Amino acid sequence: MFKAFLIKYGEIGIKGKNRHLFEDALVQQIKYALRPVEGDFLISKEQGRIYIEALGEYDDAEAVERLACVFGIVGICPVVLTEEGGFEKLAEDVLAYLDARYPDKNKTFKVNTRRAKKSYPLTSMEVNAALGERILEAFPEMKVDVHCPDIMVNVEIRKQINIYSETVPGPGGMPVGTNGKGMLLLSGGIDSPVAGYMIAKRGVKLDAVYFHAPPYTSERAKQKVVDLAKIVAKYAGPIYLKVVNFTEIQMYIYEKCPHEELTIIMRRYMMRIAEEFARETNSLGLITGESIGQVASQTMQSLAATDEVCQIPVYRPLIGFDKQEIIEVSEKIGTYETSILPYEDCCTIFVAKHPVTKPNLKIIRRSETHLEEKIAELVKAAIETAETIVVEADV
Amino acid sequence: MEAYFDNAATTRCSDGAREVMVRALSEDYGNPSSLHQKGMEGENYIKTAAKHIGRTLKASESELIFTSGGTESNNLAILGAAMANKRAGMHLITTKIEHPAVAAPMKYLEGQGFSVTWLDVNKEGQIFLEQLEEAITPETILASIMYVNNEIGAVEPIAEAGAIIKAKNPGTLFHVDAIQAYGKYKVHPKNLGIDMMSVSGHKIHGPKGTGFLYVKERTKLKPAIYGGGQQRGMRSGTENVPGIAGMGQAAKEAYEQFSQKQEHMYQLKEAFLAGIAGMGWAHVNGPAGREGAPHIISLSVEGVRSEVLLHALEERQVYVSAGSACSSNKPAPSSTLQAIHAGEASLGSTIRISFSPGNTLEEVGYCLDTLKGLVPMLQKFTRH
Repeated sequence: MFKAFLIKYGEIGIKGKNRHLFEDALVQQIKYALRPVEGDFLISKEQGRIYIEALGEYDDAEAVERLACVFGIVGICPVVLTEEGGFEKLAEDVLAYLDARYPDKNKTFKVNTRRAKKSYPLTSMEVNAALGERILEAFPEMKVDVHCPDIMVNVEIRKQINIYSETVPGPGGMPVGTNGKGMLLLSGGIDSPVAGYMIAKRGVKLDAVYFHAPPYTSERAKQKVVDLAKIVAKYAGPIYLKVVNFTEIQMYIYEKCPHEELTIIMRRYMMRIAEEFARETNSLGLITGESIGQVASQTMQSLAATDEVCQIPVYRPLIGFDKQEIIEVSEKIGTYETSILPYEDCCTIFVAKHPVTKPNLKIIRRSETHLEEKIAELVKAAIETAETIVVEADV
Repeated sequence: MEAYFDNAATTRCSDGAREVMVRALSEDYGNPSSLHQKGMEGENYIKTAAKHIGRTLKASESELIFTSGGTESNNLAILGAAMANKRAGMHLITTKIEHPAVAAPMKYLEGQGFSVTWLDVNKEGQIFLEQLEEAITPETILASIMYVNNEIGAVEPIAEAGAIIKAKNPGTLFHVDAIQAYGKYKVHPKNLGIDMMSVSGHKIHGPKGTGFLYVKERTKLKPAIYGGGQQRGMRSGTENVPGIAGMGQAAKEAYEQFSQKQEHMYQLKEAFLAGIAGMGWAHVNGPAGREGAPHIISLSVEGVRSEVLLHALEERQVYVSAGSACSSNKPAPSSTLQAIHAGEASLGSTIRISFSPGNTLEEVGYCLDTLKGLVPMLQKFTRH
């Protein structure tokens, strides 16, 4: 019955003169999201609305599922579009719509008309009343409830007429690409994909970096990170994933520095390398999945110690989240099952039994001086040999 | 150089097996149950395969049930025998070092009210025959003992066990998981007192998804899969003609020039063991040399986690298995290694090297050189 969707967007509507930029970005993202869906779609923008019309056969459920991943969308309304042809035709269209959509008529309803086309002969209130009357006549089981109706019959009178009564919630946020780009440190755990999702939701495009340490971490661990990036790409669009071979650096730190400081020093080098990539690719900040106090390397002292080496901002969207809250989001976005696959990642393999939880910056800096001989060269090599994988969402 | 030393996990499909499979897939693709000529052509592939396999076992073709592999064969034998004979008794016997494809159905039956005796093994991984004899009661309906252990290559005294079982309780069925033995030893079930025996196709250069269960005539067994009544009703479903044909061909090839092949694998094994003999960090689990299977070596490397060593070897094109399933942060220690009391340190640091007749002494040399280069480096970075 439906051949079209009406897309509702929230925050974009309140933007000022650059509103069209946001709308154009949203149209772009919708096109990207619908690419794998069977069928052809015409996407149009008019009077503060975005319409998606299917040209021919299409898979309704799949289209809705894809659209529900597009940031910027707050609601997806399967809509019937009809030509304006006088009230009599409108009434017939509405009745046909209700009849087909709700086989069980034992429901309450309310008609909610909006009239963008002010030349229409009836006012919104008059249309509401007249349509209500016609519905009651046609379907005697239906009752009016203006406060809490089962069915909100929305009628929008524009160049054409929109009839819809259902809204599938979208993810909210802003269209990806409208707020710059960030470099996500992706580990393979539960937190970092969620962090990427949350920042992307604010319209930020993502690049990512993964540190692997063969043979201490396996190809399967790397594949897991690629798989996680794929899931995040469903929301954030294609992700350029840098895979850095971190083994030499890790072993060098292990050799030269006190073992209880390993994790902190290692993370400082990860941040340095990630920042280097961020500069090369115009990312405006780093993104991590840290949350205060979750592990030794995420105490406020440890976070300060890792922050110290960064010149660009570090965004930590999960900073105030409990583990359970993070897990809830990861389940919602579909990364949880992949995140818990049991492959060793490089953060867990070299962990000391009792790592420092309150690193003293002076001491950490002094330990790092032990690395002076070779570290610059190793970092340079790690950056130069990094592999770039373009990760697209699965179709 | 590449050295594929994970042949106990799976082997490369032989060219001969592949060729017969391609023919069965694209030319003679009839359903053996169809009455027309094409159907008969399909059936002929199965007959040929059964003939090849029957010959290697000195068994009749009608004593074979083709399955989807070793796991299904073991399940059919254990669950099928338990279901068919539970009125005679509810007691089962097996060992502590069985593959999960035997251990798991046994545990399932424990949950269903059967009692299971789990036999101990000595340091070499062999059962104690006295313990077996003591365990057999008038209630014992099934004893399942593996021929060759998949992790350490221990060879069980199958002939002696068969004799003891039949002497103590002639009604007790004797099942043998011969998945790592078939193709490595000449196995003639009737001479060994075996009633049922499981074999997998892809361990002998046949295709994956194939296997069979030898079932001695007049053995009481209940099918696990019901349907159109194929394979005398014991395993319904259209036969996997290409797979069966490929496995039959592989079985035939495995026993061609058999003694040379077996000797060659022993030589590979001995060369490997000689190569690491002087290394203080190396410890071999289970039986030494020709006491054990020709194709399996279980090696513990002091202070190096098996997964790390595996990936380091892999980077140099040497492919082995981790001796214990240690894929998670909390390793699940191997029950075989625990059963032979391999020691806490060995549990997480054991790899399995397994040969096929196609491996060469050069490959063994390359693997040894690679190990000797890697281990001291990896030992520096032990987790503390």
